[in-house]
Amino acid sequence: MTDSIVIIGAGQAGVQAVASLRAEGFTGKLTLLGDEPFPPYQRPPLSKAYLAGDFARERLFLKPGAFFAEADCNLRLNTKALHVDRDAHLVHLENHEALSYGKLLLTTGARVRLIPVAGHDLPGVHYLRGIEDVDLLRPNLVAGKRVVIVGGGYIGLEVAAVAAKHGLEVTVLEAASRVMERAVSPLVSKFYEQEHVRHGVHLMLGAAAKHFEGHARVERVITEQGSLEADFVLVGIGVVPNDEIAGASGLTVANGIVVDEFTRTSDPDIFAAGDCTNHPNFYYARDNGRVRLESVQNAIDQAKHAALAMLGRPKTYREVPWFWSDQYDLKLQIAGLALPGDQIVPRGDPASRKFAVFHLRAGKISAVEAVNAAPEYIIGRKLIAEGKTVDTDALGDPEIPMKSIA
Amino acid sequence: MPKITYIEHNGKEHAVEVPAGWTVMEGAVKNRVPGIDADCGGACACATCHVYVDPAWKEKIPARTEMEESMLDFALDVKPESRLSCQIKVKPELNGLIVRTPKSQH
Repeated sequence: MTDSIVIIGAGQAGVQAVASLRAEGFTGKLTLLGDEPFPPYQRPPLSKAYLAGDFARERLFLKPGAFFAEADCNLRLNTKALHVDRDAHLVHLENHEALSYGKLLLTTGARVRLIPVAGHDLPGVHYLRGIEDVDLLRPNLVAGKRVVIVGGGYIGLEVAAVAAKHGLEVTVLEAASRVMERAVSPLVSKFYEQEHVRHGVHLMLGAAAKHFEGHARVERVITEQGSLEADFVLVGIGVVPNDEIAGASGLTVANGIVVDEFTRTSDPDIFAAGDCTNHPNFYYARDNGRVRLESVQNAIDQAKHAALAMLGRPKTYREVPWFWSDQYDLKLQIAGLALPGDQIVPRGDPASRKFAVFHLRAGKISAVEAVNAAPEYIIGRKLIAEGKTVDTDALGDPEIPMKSIA
Repeated sequence: MPKITYIEHNGKEHAVEVPAGWTVMEGAVKNRVPGIDADCGGACACATCHVYVDPAWKEKIPARTEMEESMLDFALDVKPESRLSCQIKVKPELNGLIVRTPKSQH
């Protein structure tokens, strides 16, 4: 049994690891390091209710302060870890302090991908990842203002929905030929494109920002298709894993911290969980099953597995991935990981604003994308986990209840 | 502030004050009431905040939406008084509400 555990990264995964370690009986010294000034918080509402101003900041916090006291966890905020000395089992902090560890968990998450174009550093060019980003962005949500959103993924579209509801003039630039290309099938992309247009969003597909112009602050976005006037810009073009501390310490890193199916890194005393990991996923059927996921589900479930592994009781990671996005009154819920080449089985009519798209591989459901369709999502998720062969005719017939398919 | 009593599966009671506008789930999580995981943080995406609402309070709480109804299909030991606590908004009329947590959320 190890006597001290240090966790670098106080997000969803780090906090889950604290809870799981104590629940699983760890009685040693426990330290959680976070480099932000805020107590650990949930990020999903940032681009939704928190941006809209419907959600007080304290509601974002994952746990009350008393949780960390009760868990006898030393939560250290504003604390940046710089380097891990694996031989000495020491974490070196920015303030020159060194913390010793028996086992180390890296839950360092991801950060926004910066846009490498001229004018990217002009005031008025925003990103969205943390509380401070949203606090800077929100004052711009004033009816009549013009916002150009670069990137039609989850973040860009969620912000577009909030901005459109606040009466802004919204333009979304998406470099690909459809929105949310990495996350959903063409049918779902098409539906969301129409919904945004219906809400007055000016959607430009196959359009990228070439550069930003302005004097004291950003005033326009230049694209191949022309120039767009902007009072402010939001860039949402994905994230990159925070794997530098792992790489600099000599751990294997490849688009994330490489871990095995038990969340172990290439060092037997170091583990990793959440957005920062490149991990083998049972539900990802290519690239040798290795994938990096950006999700609450993966953060929570991997952290639970990491806690067990650190306590010497490793358990194979095999959890169905799930995701969600809120835009307007639409709830998009996704389970599983689709791949090109999967058989597509739509269920229901998108015009009813309630439908689903199933992906099948060898007769089994590999993924489901459900729009305002919880039965399809929840039963689909169960069928993915069970790996059962399903009747595709029944699946595609909305008259046949999902329950009878399960 | 409305007072809500959470009763754990083992009978342990937690009487706490929860601000109006918050959800019953948040009241539990912020007060360290065990037995409510709420992995998704209240997005009605995970079905891990299942509770049993005391029958005396059933009429005072708006009925389940279709979404909640479906998500509950995924929960264990579902009963007529089952609810997802992230879908119950706290309001002054719910002062005194009693909910019980199930044996497990998974």
